[in-house]
Formats: sequence, C-alpha cells, structure tokens
Amino acid sequence: MIPLSWYLALSAVLFTIGVVGVIIQRNVIVLFMCVELMLNAVNLTLVAFSRFLGDMTGQLFVFIVMAVAAAEAAVGLAIIISLFRNRETLNIDEADLLKL
Amino acid sequence: MSSILNSIDLQFILGSLIKTAVFWICIMIVVAYTVYAERRVLAVIQNRLGPNRVGWQGLLQPFADLIKFIFKEDIIPFAVNKVLYLIAPVVVLVPAMMVLIVYPFGPRNVPLPGGEVLSNMLNNFGNSLGYDWALDLTHIDLFVSNFNVGLLYIFALTGLGVYGIVIAGWASNSKYSLMGGLRSSAQMISYELALSLSVVAVLIPAGTLDLVKIVELQGGTWFGFIPKWNLLALFPAGLIAFVVYLISAIAETNRVPFDLPEAETELVAGFHTEYSALKFALFFMGEYVNMTTVSVLATTLFLGGWQGPLVGTYPWLGLVWFVGKVFFFLFLYIWLRGTLPRFRYDQLMNFGWKILLPAALVNIVIAAVLGVLFL
Amino acid sequence: METIHLLFLAIAALAVVSAFNIILQRNPIYSAIGLIIVLCCLAGLFLTLYAQFIAAIQIIVYAGAIMVLFVFVIMLLNVREEESRTDRQKYLKFLAAPLFLALLAEVAVVIRFVNMPAPAIEDPNTAIDPSQSLGTVESIAHVMFTDFVLPFEATSVLILMAIVGAMYLARRDSGEGAERIEQALATDAAQPPVAVHEDSGH
Repeated sequence: MIPLSWYLALSAVLFTIGVVGVIIQRNVIVLFMCVELMLNAVNLTLVAFSRFLGDMTGQLFVFIVMAVAAAEAAVGLAIIISLFRNRETLNIDEADLLKL
Repeated sequence: MSSILNSIDLQFILGSLIKTAVFWICIMIVVAYTVYAERRVLAVIQNRLGPNRVGWQGLLQPFADLIKFIFKEDIIPFAVNKVLYLIAPVVVLVPAMMVLIVYPFGPRNVPLPGGEVLSNMLNNFGNSLGYDWALDLTHIDLFVSNFNVGLLYIFALTGLGVYGIVIAGWASNSKYSLMGGLRSSAQMISYELALSLSVVAVLIPAGTLDLVKIVELQGGTWFGFIPKWNLLALFPAGLIAFVVYLISAIAETNRVPFDLPEAETELVAGFHTEYSALKFALFFMGEYVNMTTVSVLATTLFLGGWQGPLVGTYPWLGLVWFVGKVFFFLFLYIWLRGTLPRFRYDQLMNFGWKILLPAALVNIVIAAVLGVLFL
Repeated sequence: METIHLLFLAIAALAVVSAFNIILQRNPIYSAIGLIIVLCCLAGLFLTLYAQFIAAIQIIVYAGAIMVLFVFVIMLLNVREEESRTDRQKYLKFLAAPLFLALLAEVAVVIRFVNMPAPAIEDPNTAIDPSQSLGTVESIAHVMFTDFVLPFEATSVLILMAIVGAMYLARRDSGEGAERIEQALATDAAQPPVAVHEDSGH
C-alpha cells in the first residue's frame, strides 16, 4: 500500500511547478497550461483523500473540477484566439492595455 | 527482489500475457487480411481483378506488402520536426492496440484443449526455477480482462489516437499535412461526441459499462425467436442509437464517405503525406486497427457480441459468432467505400453537429423514458 | 518495498520531469505534450487509488478533449518558437526560486506529519454490489444524483454559459467574412496565380 504522504508530496511538487510556471512564463497558452497543471495537482490530493477516508465525495469533486476546467478551457482559448487576432502576439506583457 | 516477485498474481499476469499475445497476433492477421479483402472486394465492385498474383488468389499479398514496407528507404524530410515526426506513428498505433484487452471474444470458463498439459509444463518450469507455481489453464476466459469502466477505457484510448494525427500534421511542416491534420482532428473531436452519446441509449438497458457483462446480458430471446440484442432493446431507441453509432464510427475512423482528412484529390494524402516506408505502414495499421475496434464495439454493444445459437453447449462457437459479426461490419466498410462519394467539408461538419448530435441527444431522452416505463 | 511502490515512483518521476518540461520549453507544442504526459501519469495514479472512473474520465476529458483543444489552437495560430522575450517584469523571476523552495519545504512538512491508514476495500471489479464499492461508475453516480445533485446541475449551467461565451468570443463579425471573400476575389481577379488561403473557420 502506498502511503498517503507520497501522493500529497507529489501533488505539492506538481502544484509548485505550476505556480513557478505561471510566474516565469510569458506565453499565454503555456500560462494557461500551468493553471491546468495546478488544478490537476489538487485533483490528485482529492482522489488520494477519497481513498484514504473511504468516501466518494472527493472523487465527485474531481469530476466537477474537470467540468469546470473544460468550461474554462473553452472560454480561455476563445479569449486567446481573439487576443491573437487583435494583437498578433501571445505574450501577456503585450496585452496590458484595456483598449484595442 | 524476491518479495516483489511474490507480490505478483502470477496466474493473472501470465494468463493475461499469453492471451494478449495470442489476441494481438489474431488482430494483426485480421488487419492484414482486411486490407487484402478491401482490395479484392473493391476490385469486384469496380469490375477489375485486384491483387491475385502472390500465392493462391493473392492470399500472400499482405506479407509481400509488409516486406516491401520494411525494405523501402526510410525517408525523413529535411524540414520536419524530427522528434515529433518520429513519435507520431507510434502515438497512433499504440493506443489503438491497447484497446484489445477488453474485447470480449467469447464466454467465460471455456475448456481449453490441451490446457492441462500446458499448465503442467509451465508449473514444472516454474518449479525447476525454485518457485511454487500452481497455474490452472484448463478453463480460460476468452477475454483478457474485464473491469467496471471497460467502455470508458476504449473511449479514452481511441481519443488519444487524435494526437498522433495532429502531431504528424504539425511536425511534417507541409501545408497538406497541416490541413489534413487540422481537418482530421476537428472531425474526430466532433464525431466522437455523437459516438459516445449514441452509446448511452444502449447502456440504459445494460446498466453497466463492463463489456463482458453487456454481452452476457444480451443472451436469450424475446418470444422465443427474436434475439435479445441491444439493437432491438427499448425499440426504437436501440435502432436509432445503432444508426447514429455506425455513421459516427465511420467518420471517427476517417473512412469513405467521411475521408476528408485523406482526400487524395485535395490534400495528396492528408496528415501522412510526408511519411514513407514503415512509418506510413504504422499509420495504415493504426487506421485498420481502429476500424476493427469500432466494429468490435458495434458487435459487442448492439449485436450481442459472441451470443448466438448453440453457444451454451459449444462455448467455442461464441468465438465464431463474434468473428462473423465483426467481419460483417468490416465488409460494410469496404462496401461503403466502393459505393459512396465523398462529403464536402462543411457538409460533414454540419451533418455531425446539426443532425447526428441532436439525434443522439433526443435518443437518450427516448431511451430514458422507455427505460423508466418498461425496465 | 512492493511492486506498487516502484510503480508509483516511476510514474511520479515521469510526471515531475514532464511538468518541468511544460514550464521550461520555449515551444508551446512541447509544453502541451509535457502536460499530456502529466495527465496520463495522474490517470495511472488514480488507478492505484481505486478511482477507475475518474482515471478514465481524466483521459477522456482532459487528455482527449481539453488538451486536443490546446494543441489545436497552438496549431491554428501556428505559434513557433517564442520571439525574443521582452521581460518587463524581471523581478518575477527572482521571486520564483524562493517560492519554489518555500513550497518544497511545505512538502517536507507534509511527508513528516500527515499520514493515515487506508481502510481495506474490496476489489470494485468483483464486488457484488458495485454501488457500495469505491470508485465505480455506480457509486459515483449514486453520490452525484443524491447528495450532490445541485452542484451537478450548477455545473451543467456553467458549461452552457461557457459554450455560449466561447461562441461569442471566437466568432468573426458576419459582415467581415463576406468582405474578406470579396477582397480575396478581387485580388484574385487582378493577379490570377496568387492562391488565397483562408482557414476553414471552425
């Protein structure tokens, strides 16, 4: 049996990498992927606790997180496409004006 | 190290490995001869001869083709992205192959001829190495594994196959490949939706996602002569689901009349324009393995899998029924290819999103209502 | 050390390496592939936690739908190597390293102090009543449509809003498309050999 702490440690490492990615990356698509990575790290924690508490609620939360992530990806990528259309760049530092 | 070996369920691992190997070889032979059958049947439809030179009636043609593929020059175009270009065919083929462990080829607990001798041999071998093996292969299940989410497992892996196509289109660095890859992925994503939703109407009478159990529940007859297949369950929901499934399965595998990604007249060969020799063969095999997968799924979900007359007394007959039904679908593919013209791209997208998807959704409602009333 | 421990370590190592791949690659398509590998690794880990439904959904939804969308957009915008960076917020880079270390310290604390024994669970694949077993389709459906039916419905409303929002954001003005085609036709008539390549607009 794998101890709970192993899962939590892996989850924390992945989450950290996601945070660092958000800080150092400037490409908006990669930034978005780092956010997905953080969501996934949290999902791992939820599933691990669901197993170690013998309760299905954690897995249900993961299901809902995935649905939200899918909605987020659809809207986010639409925003990225329209951003690229208007500014011809994916660098978020270039997108610092509120007007076109 | 020995503790690791002891913690493995040897009967399960060894049995699964042997069965996977056997089934894998069978699938490869089926794929090879589907290609051959396609060429011969198309030839008949188009009033030609087709390949008939290698061996009797050209029956050794697949092996000749394989040898040709192996010995062709392996070209890697200059401008490609090498790493992605090389892994793309693998990404197409491997998930397609991984699916076969949940195929229900036949019933459980089938007596294996010579199973006793085989298990004795293996046990002696194990004992001579100093392990205490007690394998029992006298009765085997004619499937590798069954689990609670078998159907979702298939959908998950077939969904991963899209990456191979997208990556191949992108890495080839050619406009034909890129257009083919984009079209193909858009088509696969769109039709995957209708495909998965059409299946839900079958899952309502079945009540499980385990393919083995779905087949087992389809045994027996209504009124003594109508087979209890899901095709006819909750009439007409099963029938509508079957039609939607069949159409979207053809689109999902990029076959005529939905073969836009490989439309020769527009895109040369689509996403695999820049591929040659064995790498092209891998794409080709991937396509045919996927064809087999959707045929197996159609057989399992709608036509009762291995169920058929006399299976109760002769369990091995189940295998024959199963293979026969799968071949029926494969023949249907070839027949359609010889008969239908190609769709236009906008027609394809409109058809998928505006007709098939709503039809699948409405069908779920019909099936649910009928299920509440009659189950 | 059992087999499953080795399995966990192998998958975890692959996941961490791929995660670093996401943030260190300059070409977004490599980052996307890194993330896909991480998602598949996590699906494998979910299986070790008896969450087979979640594992399957992870591959179908995340790897099979969301990430295909990402790759699709990367290809559609045809983003190649990142152009030379204009680092306006240089201090952020210096923030990254200490933050990374601080969060890793948290990991160390977690490994030291958090632990609980896992309850014994019967194998969901052979369970007599799958709806009582952990991680099966039946059990998750049971929870979803009894205790959590309201969040479930709220999620579906959210997805509907997302669909409408995405459609609105990504569409071109209807007049613009016709104008473009007219323009293209005009240039085409002027100089016949110029091929006009419009994207097919999905």
